[in-house]
Amino acid sequence: MLATRVFRLVGNRTLSTSICLRGGHGVAKVEDYTLPAYFDRRESPLPDIKFVQQLSPEQKSLKEKEKGSWAALSKEEKIALYRISFKESFAEMDKGTGEWKSVVAGIFFFIGFTGLVVLWQRKYVYGDVPHTFDAEYKQKEVQRMLDMRINPVEGFSAKWDYENNAWKK
Amino acid sequence: MSLPKPAMRGLLAKRLRFHLPIAFGLSIIAAVAFKFTVTEPRKQAYADFYKHYDSMKEFSAMREAGVFESVRPTGK
Repeated sequence: MLATRVFRLVGNRTLSTSICLRGGHGVAKVEDYTLPAYFDRRESPLPDIKFVQQLSPEQKSLKEKEKGSWAALSKEEKIALYRISFKESFAEMDKGTGEWKSVVAGIFFFIGFTGLVVLWQRKYVYGDVPHTFDAEYKQKEVQRMLDMRINPVEGFSAKWDYENNAWKK
Repeated sequence: MSLPKPAMRGLLAKRLRFHLPIAFGLSIIAAVAFKFTVTEPRKQAYADFYKHYDSMKEFSAMREAGVFESVRPTGK
């Protein structure tokens, strides 16, 4: 009883769409998405409803014939009955769509676009590299690493010939 | 329309019976291959390097190059 008083306060518009108040005064509007739906899915092979809901006159007479002996049905009639109940066969619903080609094409396109963005960034956004990248600085750096015998067993200095002052052949 | 009844049990066991020996075998092969292509040559390289290593000679060469802070080159 308290609930109905609240609804009256809320306003008349809500009354028409709200749930049943008293004695079937307001009934909910049935939305499409609340009704059982038809979908072709491999894991649930028998959907809740038949595919064709409004039968044409031939389909109605076919349904009457179905009530008799099924041996009397011809092959085309059996297929027509199948198509009334189902939209796609298993073979049709499992078939690939070729969507992957569009996906791969999109991937390549956006990678290419990103490459253009990176090139633009290099030219217009980044500043100079530090002085430690200059050629003379790098030369002095390499010389110092060789003097310190960095990785003399298998690595850096192992590739330098200290006798002849050159890289090993 | 009489199909044979499909296997209902022991599916994981059957898969493991097939795949586990392969998994173990491949892992062991990978480990053995790594040992004989990486670790053994590396051990040999270190052994060869230190067989005729003259530490004093190397130290003098490094000192003359001027990389130490505790000892200056013999010139100054």
